[in-house]
Amino acid sequence: MFRYIVRRLLQMILTFFGATFVVFALMFANQDDPIQALAGEKPVSDSLREALTERYHLDEGFLGQYWHYMTNLLTGDLGESISGREISALLETAWPVTVRLALMALVIAGVLALAAGVWSAIRRGGVFDNGALAFTLLLLALPIVVLAPVAQWIFAMELDWFPATASRNASFYALLLPAIVLATTVVATQLRVTRTSVVENLGADYVRTARAKGLAPRRIIWVHVLRNSLIPLITLIGVDLGVLMSGALVTEEVFNIPGVGSKLAQGIRTEDGPMVVGFVSVLVIVFLVMNLVVDLLYAALDPRIRYE
Amino acid sequence: MLGKRPWKMAAVAAAISLLVAGCGGGDSEDPTNTANTVVIGIAEPQHLLPTNATDSSSAQVLNSLFYPLVSFDAEKKPVEIAAEKISVTKNNRVWTIKLKPGFTFHNGEPVTADNYINAWNYGAYKPNAQGGGYFFDRIAGYTDLNPLDPDGDGPEKAPEPTTNKMSGLKKIDDLTFSVTLSAPFASFKSVIAYSVFYPLPNAAFSSDGVIAKGFEEKLIGNGPFKMKGSWEHDDKIVVEKYADFKGVVPKIDGVTWKIYGDQMAAYADLVSNNLDVQTTIPTDALANAPADLGERFQKSENSVFEFIGFPTFLPQYKNANVRKAISMAINREEIASQIFLGSRTAAKSFVSPVVAGFREGSCGEACDYSPTKARDLYRENGGPEEIKITYNVDGGHKSWVDATCNQIRASLQVKCIGEQEPKFAVMQEKLQNHQDIGLIRLGWIMDYPLMENYLNPLYGTNGGSNYYGWSNTAFDTLVKQGSAAPTPEASIKKWQAAEDILAEEMPVIPLRYGQNVFGYSERVANVEMDLFSKVDLYEIETVA
Repeated sequence: MFRYIVRRLLQMILTFFGATFVVFALMFANQDDPIQALAGEKPVSDSLREALTERYHLDEGFLGQYWHYMTNLLTGDLGESISGREISALLETAWPVTVRLALMALVIAGVLALAAGVWSAIRRGGVFDNGALAFTLLLLALPIVVLAPVAQWIFAMELDWFPATASRNASFYALLLPAIVLATTVVATQLRVTRTSVVENLGADYVRTARAKGLAPRRIIWVHVLRNSLIPLITLIGVDLGVLMSGALVTEEVFNIPGVGSKLAQGIRTEDGPMVVGFVSVLVIVFLVMNLVVDLLYAALDPRIRYE
Repeated sequence: MLGKRPWKMAAVAAAISLLVAGCGGGDSEDPTNTANTVVIGIAEPQHLLPTNATDSSSAQVLNSLFYPLVSFDAEKKPVEIAAEKISVTKNNRVWTIKLKPGFTFHNGEPVTADNYINAWNYGAYKPNAQGGGYFFDRIAGYTDLNPLDPDGDGPEKAPEPTTNKMSGLKKIDDLTFSVTLSAPFASFKSVIAYSVFYPLPNAAFSSDGVIAKGFEEKLIGNGPFKMKGSWEHDDKIVVEKYADFKGVVPKIDGVTWKIYGDQMAAYADLVSNNLDVQTTIPTDALANAPADLGERFQKSENSVFEFIGFPTFLPQYKNANVRKAISMAINREEIASQIFLGSRTAAKSFVSPVVAGFREGSCGEACDYSPTKARDLYRENGGPEEIKITYNVDGGHKSWVDATCNQIRASLQVKCIGEQEPKFAVMQEKLQNHQDIGLIRLGWIMDYPLMENYLNPLYGTNGGSNYYGWSNTAFDTLVKQGSAAPTPEASIKKWQAAEDILAEEMPVIPLRYGQNVFGYSERVANVEMDLFSKVDLYEIETVA
């Protein structure tokens, strides 16, 4: 177990460097003129351009810029964004609210998917099952760029049930609507996966045995079937983290949440290479750690799985 | 449950507690509930240090924290505010600025002449890379702080500046200083109203010419409001009344500058009364705004001027009559009302109506919509068979460019296409390399209300925004003579003569003047916006 974790951590370091290199290269290829992007359409005076070019090594080409970035990074300095703010400070303020939003969305989606998925599986072919199928198809068809503003308009502006926007220190209640919107990006697949895997396990031999032994149906479902059905769902949740992050880009913009998604979008708009790379690096780490946790959870769910 | 082993239970417990910790907490403080303060929506300011702040969001915040030397009256004439008297020598070169006594910074420091001199020197010094640094270039000694690259854009780098003090700034006594210009300029008084000319307290500097770390986050100004706490990036900036302020006192007790990443989100807050003033109603909401806001949906004039430039290095647009013909083919009123729903007005001059010296219709016949005349003129002068209008796709210009092209196609009966470039910077680069990109769409917001602020940057030979490379010696001379003229009135005469050359030559097609299109909540009244798209903080008040 310990050796497995160490091996995975070493792999992570490699993945981390690979990912930052690719992102840096992409940002560099996309870069036309960050100084002008920052100034918008205002003219930039020659002496200002010269001073900024020197400060951010913009005249040095890709390898030069990557070298400056990496040497700083290895000494623990994430550097400055092109607008002159410390990237570490940006990360520090942007992460907490996004983590809260993503966790809320994960819990909402997970609870809903589990409850509805199990219910659909038990009563398959029934009204609820068909209803859930139609509902998940609708959710899958609706992109979040449509869903988020529509939800804001109906539930916040027209019905006034929720605040229209949420700030950095938003309360649980203010984040609820954005979290529900974000949850819709993953809940449909999670529900379908839960249903399928529960249906499959319901027909398994051990369930028949348990029934024959006279175990209570509730105990069969929630302890025996569900535990075995959770593995595909847990795997999916690990992957869903990526979906949630890309959904956060839209959700955060619509609900004005100053989190990772909105800062990333802003960084891409202003061709701010160091800022985008900084944010993506942390995203990569979160993603890797989440997947490690998911892999380790398998062992908890199924004792037959062992790590060497 | 999941398992019988304790570590599994612990993992679940840890996950739950993490979630609770993550979701709990958070302030429920609602800024709208505080008495007699208002919430105004802005975008995240890029910088707040006055000499580095050139975007409109930072200008608004600075307007609450600082008190300018001069302000403008109803006729756009500069009047002293923080200055007691500004006088000038006969040749318009040496300006003496005497400050009003008794003013203090928010940390209690008295405002002195040194505070201005230090702040301006800091702004002009090239290694500080201040966005508004070029505003000091009229002051004698600016070039010492910004030495030029000896071989233009060549391989050699510009030398390091030898000094960080402009020779043109001299302290006379604690409350008086003189500004010597490198060339006479009769309207310098209008220029110093701009936010880069604010003073900085001694506390701003950690040593000579070095701004203390963190000063920008907790800015100390000389204005009616002081910062409460520090700049909460991407979230808000809260300012409250400064008790010792000696100038005109606003009616409100404070402002929460609420930062929005997206204007539609701000609009949602405005409609649900969580935001008191939104200074720009987004285009997507324009159709609904009159119904959503009723009387609280307002328009007022601002300084935006939108136009199409002719890259005069392209042979097909060398003939001024061809340029005039294209201009006459465009129905400006129709586009302003149909596409912009009245949020812009048709432009028929080369400067905005908000500056003194503006003349209605100075563009003459060339800006009137007359399709048949346009076609005849175009044919006679052999205009090109195909016209291209290039625009940056990230600016939301597609609809009006397409409409303009349709009008040109109908009037001149030639092909017209709107060509997209991803970003403004790409357009600029292609222009610099003299690539054939056809006509280009451009816009301008003034820095100070003078005709010169439109004429020089937009049409002058070395103008900062003259991307299309039009150049006319007679025009340059007239603009320069205007700046050197003995009185502002004499300046305007010269500048108007320069504008007449533009009407003859048509280097650009004037299209539209912008407007402030804003809305406010039921909590506030007397909401007015000035020419610089800033909310008038001295007029606005809360109701009930």
